[in-house]
Amino acid sequence: MEPFLEGLRLVLATDVLIAILASAVYGLVVGSLPGLSATMATALLVPVTFWLSPIAAIATIITASAMAIFSGDIPGALLRIPGTPASAAYTDEAYALTRKGQAELALGAGLWFSAIGGIVGTISLMLLAPALAEIALSFSTYEYFWLALLGLMCATLVARSSPIKAIASMLLGLLIACIGMENPAGTPRFTFGIPDLLGGIEPIPALVGVFAVSEVMRAMAEAEPPKLPRRRFGSILANQWFLTKKYQFQMWRGNFVGIIIGVLPGAGADMAAWVSYAMAKKFSKEPEKFGTGHPEGLVEAGASNNASLASGWVPSLLFGIPGDTITAIAIGVLYMKGLNPGPTLFTERASSMYALYIIFILANIIMIPLGIMMIRAASTVLRAPRSAVMPVILLLCAVGSFATGNNLFAVLLVALFGVLGFVMEKNGYPVAALVLGIVMGSMLEQNFVTSLIKSDGDVLPFFERPVSSFLAALTFSALLWPLLAWIWMRLSRRRSPA
Amino acid sequence: MIITSRRLILGATPALIAAPALAQPRWPVRPVQLLCPWAAGGGTDAVVRIIANLLEKELGQPFNVINRTGGSGVVGHAAIAQAAPDGYTLGMITAEICMLHWQGLTELTFRNYTPLALMNNDPPGIQVNVNAPYRDVGQLAEAIRTSRPGQLKSSGTGQGGIWHLALAGWLMAMRLPANHVRWVPSNGAAPAMQDLAAGGLDFTTNSVVEARAMLDANRARALAVMSNERLGAFPNIPTLKEAMNIDYATGAWRGIAGPLNIPAEARTTMNAALGRVFRSAEYSEFMNNRGFGMSYADADGFARHLAAADASLGDAMKAAGLARS
Repeated sequence: MEPFLEGLRLVLATDVLIAILASAVYGLVVGSLPGLSATMATALLVPVTFWLSPIAAIATIITASAMAIFSGDIPGALLRIPGTPASAAYTDEAYALTRKGQAELALGAGLWFSAIGGIVGTISLMLLAPALAEIALSFSTYEYFWLALLGLMCATLVARSSPIKAIASMLLGLLIACIGMENPAGTPRFTFGIPDLLGGIEPIPALVGVFAVSEVMRAMAEAEPPKLPRRRFGSILANQWFLTKKYQFQMWRGNFVGIIIGVLPGAGADMAAWVSYAMAKKFSKEPEKFGTGHPEGLVEAGASNNASLASGWVPSLLFGIPGDTITAIAIGVLYMKGLNPGPTLFTERASSMYALYIIFILANIIMIPLGIMMIRAASTVLRAPRSAVMPVILLLCAVGSFATGNNLFAVLLVALFGVLGFVMEKNGYPVAALVLGIVMGSMLEQNFVTSLIKSDGDVLPFFERPVSSFLAALTFSALLWPLLAWIWMRLSRRRSPA
Repeated sequence: MIITSRRLILGATPALIAAPALAQPRWPVRPVQLLCPWAAGGGTDAVVRIIANLLEKELGQPFNVINRTGGSGVVGHAAIAQAAPDGYTLGMITAEICMLHWQGLTELTFRNYTPLALMNNDPPGIQVNVNAPYRDVGQLAEAIRTSRPGQLKSSGTGQGGIWHLALAGWLMAMRLPANHVRWVPSNGAAPAMQDLAAGGLDFTTNSVVEARAMLDANRARALAVMSNERLGAFPNIPTLKEAMNIDYATGAWRGIAGPLNIPAEARTTMNAALGRVFRSAEYSEFMNNRGFGMSYADADGFARHLAAADASLGDAMKAAGLARS
């Protein structure tokens, strides 16, 4: 109890509270700009933390990243521009709700279940950190390979189009992931002598291009849809309580999956959102409604997304292994402020640890009122004429992609992916599957090749380790299930007329 | 009435002599750009940002850090070399500048820059799993010598990365083939340290700093460090010289440089200012907290360092079959 009270005292200092509030507003604004990611928001804060007290410095990082991840969903839902690869899983769903005139339901679900996911994830961090860390350490490259393969298979589950077109999109994504020299052999591939291609294709410009730019192009090619009926935004929170009760099981499943996947360094929030959305659809009683503006998937994926963010801190705090780019930045700040990651942080610096927990919870609680204000402000975009909104989106896409590396090549990439996305969607190929291929491709290849190097070319370790055998069984059953079901149907149909 | 005193004349003369110099625009009169070839939030970014902050205090002009990423560092390094040589665009160059051209990935070499100061060097360590049977680096070296080629596995970064070359250089210093231990490419040091703790690797050769959390968590042990002196933050880890009498030292270093032909004034002012930055209490506090290795060389020293590093990294890459002949 003593360290907890001490931690509470640390957080309730004036400078820490000001830091939390200021970074919350900052994170909300930066995250909501298309093309500016949560990683970007966090990285820009690092020089500011030089002058802050240790707890205030960590508080700004935690708060700003949590806010930016949530507000990345706002342009996703309103304009179909996902803020992160994680929200790409459910962007189409949220946008479909907006088109039905239920933007407040989509955004409210994002806010409410993000906050719940964040708090549940934090509680898991408080209670189970050492146990969760053991899970993370039992994952070697063999397990990561199966995990990446499972993640890729979500492409066919998530897509509304024909599975063949979804797989084709995903394979194109895998091909794009081959570009560059960031592969296990360290050899440049498909770079055509262009230095900018050596680093490969980053997911963010691809994401902004295929979703946002292609949306602008579509708006220019099609007649303006009838205006959304002008009406007051209803209460944002009122509907959420109803959703919480209706989809309680999905919410807990999302939280659980998020915590487990989030704890694995490198897999993180992206994978959690995709897997949870696919799971929600697979096990739903009404899967046909998915993609037409149905909140069930949003509930599960939103909860999973933020739960994984909190549990992603476990390997960072215990072993200094970053779960994603945000925690990689946070680890640097922890060291800079003398809060060195390691088991001693949990024992000798227990009061600082409690302060971190309290900041996590606090950030997720103030997310709700601030988020509601942000949603109300942002939704004026929906009432603005399309001819005014679309040029601004295009400008923001260009500025945002330039800002990540101050490199004009990224702007060019956004434009190219915009054209690609436009052509693909016109022909019924889901762009989300393409993004999934780009995100998962390098992870799949890296872990497959390094596993084979470690085992001297032997494939047996892919199946004989306890966790890898379980994941392999899961993968094969998911892969073969449609085939078996089809054969079963054929057999039983042939038998019935006889 | 004119008062002329000896003191006034004596005082005024140097001022008169200095006047032409003062009349010329002194460097810097406007904000300076510092390019960083790596992404915001990473280690290079952190070092260049603290240097920028301290330079701003020293020279009274804003030093703006701009991340020019892309192409595995090629894009940013090229941007520094090709910047207008007016002294207002400088940047941080990293060990990769002495590696990329050997792989044929760029025409750029260290000769395309005006070196200003070496500011940081992180030497690689040799880390094993905490349950590994090797008590010191000599036992590990013996196990390597008696192993089949490719039997033992090591990691720390991607194929052909700086820690891969550290392994190759160490093996060559032991008179073994550079690929006697198989390199498992990883996506940076953190996944390699995780795999080491999970029991998937025999040892890693990433920097000691990157292994620090796993060492603190008692999941890994550091057997030696490949530098000439022990590290301030890790005084218990012996150098290779002490433990095996092998003279091999390398590291991931970072320094400030500009394009060729920058004005002499910018060069001398920066040289002095970077020296003061390095000696400042703020810099050493920041570097020690982050665990970054403090290593300094002035403009001439950095130039010699670049030439030596280019040759030794080139040798290691050729021996490991990574250089494009």
